[in-house]
Amino acid sequence: MTEHHDGQFDGHATLVRLVRDEGRRVLATLIRTVGDWQVAEDAVADAVERALATWPRTGVPAQPRAWLIVTARRCAIDLLRRERRRAEKEASAVDLLPPPGERDDDTIDDDLLRLVFTCCHPALEPSAQVALALRTLCGLSTAEVARALLVGEATMGKRITRTKQKIARAGIPYRVPDAHELSDRLLGVAATVYFLFNEGYSATSGDVPLRADLAAEAVRLARLVHDLLPDEPTAIGLLALLLLQHSRRDARVDAEGRPVLLAEQDRARWHREEIVEAVALIGRGLRRCPDRPDPYLTQAAIAACHALAPSPPETDWAAIVSWYDVLLTVRDGPVERLNRAVAIGERDGPAAGLAAVDAVDGLGDYAPWLASRALLLARLGRDADARDAVDLALAAETNAARRDDLHRRVALLRPVSSTDASHGPGSTKIANGSRGDGPDRPRPA
Amino acid sequence: MTTYAALIYAADVDWTAPEHAEEMAEYGEFGRGAAAVIRGGAALYPTSTATTVRVSGGKGGDVVTGDGPYAETKEVLTGFYLLECSDLDEAVATAARIPAAWHGVVEVRPVIPM
Repeated sequence: MTEHHDGQFDGHATLVRLVRDEGRRVLATLIRTVGDWQVAEDAVADAVERALATWPRTGVPAQPRAWLIVTARRCAIDLLRRERRRAEKEASAVDLLPPPGERDDDTIDDDLLRLVFTCCHPALEPSAQVALALRTLCGLSTAEVARALLVGEATMGKRITRTKQKIARAGIPYRVPDAHELSDRLLGVAATVYFLFNEGYSATSGDVPLRADLAAEAVRLARLVHDLLPDEPTAIGLLALLLLQHSRRDARVDAEGRPVLLAEQDRARWHREEIVEAVALIGRGLRRCPDRPDPYLTQAAIAACHALAPSPPETDWAAIVSWYDVLLTVRDGPVERLNRAVAIGERDGPAAGLAAVDAVDGLGDYAPWLASRALLLARLGRDADARDAVDLALAAETNAARRDDLHRRVALLRPVSSTDASHGPGSTKIANGSRGDGPDRPRPA
Repeated sequence: MTTYAALIYAADVDWTAPEHAEEMAEYGEFGRGAAAVIRGGAALYPTSTATTVRVSGGKGGDVVTGDGPYAETKEVLTGFYLLECSDLDEAVATAARIPAAWHGVVEVRPVIPM
């Protein structure tokens, strides 16, 4: 965690970020000590508000976290006094609160980890996990969470309240899972963070700005999880994967905000320092799980193959196929098999690719499978078959941008004249991934 | 401690029939193993014996008695346990030991103290 203790107020955005990062730690501790999610949240919100009102005048205190803890604790006591009239309850609540000045960083980190695992508890609906994570771990207001997730504010308020009620009533524990269940539960946390990243990643320039910020929030969360569990392969792999995908943010849309094919992106605009960090993470992560590779780490390795290629023709497709072979040993699904088949088409040519794609069962009406077949048939020059396959793929694809993408990719290979007029507006440069395979089209993990 | 109802969703059959003796024995085994947290429970006769009760117009209204289960699906409520556990994780871990969880579904719900 980067800390700014220089006492200088250098910009409102920096201050808000600092207060949010510290605020969630304070919240995590207060939830444990107060035992009441709502009181803790209100108290921290109060303290954060006071910090944002005071610090621009007074400067950031030397120990911003301690300041927030003390202030939030006072607010919590006030709230408890007001809300719980019974004297003995008040007294016990006050006793429970940590003494002022408690700055045991290990305890605070443990609390943050408890908060992460509670927000991502499998008994909560995935959409509720994401909303709660944004609200508590990212420090967004309910209104901001609602806008970011394209839900009405009242609906979002109810969803978050219901989720907190479920935590309290069903007795979802505020604890870090035991060692034997940690890696499974961590996969759940990673799935939530990855979902959040995709929400932001799939946002286009026309969306509210907050939506695009979700990807950055997800990267921050992945970094937080990694900071808290630095030796867990899933935490390492998740951060590496998101860094690699996020590193292309400035190149993956053109000036008009339309997606650009991976193969056509200006690689100079990729954030090289993030790629370097991710590659180092992958190396460290792989050494930690030589026997059973983590699925996130493996996907990060595949993304790294793309990120490290100086140009599209220099992509190491043999390495990518090998990594897919590894991925299939830990996550064997038809989509993973399809991606591997597409990579084979790049490594060994379209005939081998088509055979591999056709060998994948269970994707008969899955648009990317049909699109991959169409592209391989077009590359083989089997025009009539390609046209039929394009029609099937377009019938299965509901997303307009992906339909345009398919048109464009087929046209690049070989004109398929008869189908063009009836499908899509035919605009160019609408694409979501260079091939059917996917670092630029992340899929839910 | 919270009391949880572990609702067992399984095949809609007569569990007292001899062909289910082996499965019932597994429930017996679970019951002995988890005796420390079980506060009650029962196996239920098939939904053909079920009656639904609805009060039309709310409190004090006409009692409408219907036949059959409330919602017909392949798997139905066939029994339940009352489990007193320290938190949801313990309740889920215990519910996972109920034989129905192995082939069907067990629904865990906190019980409202009355």
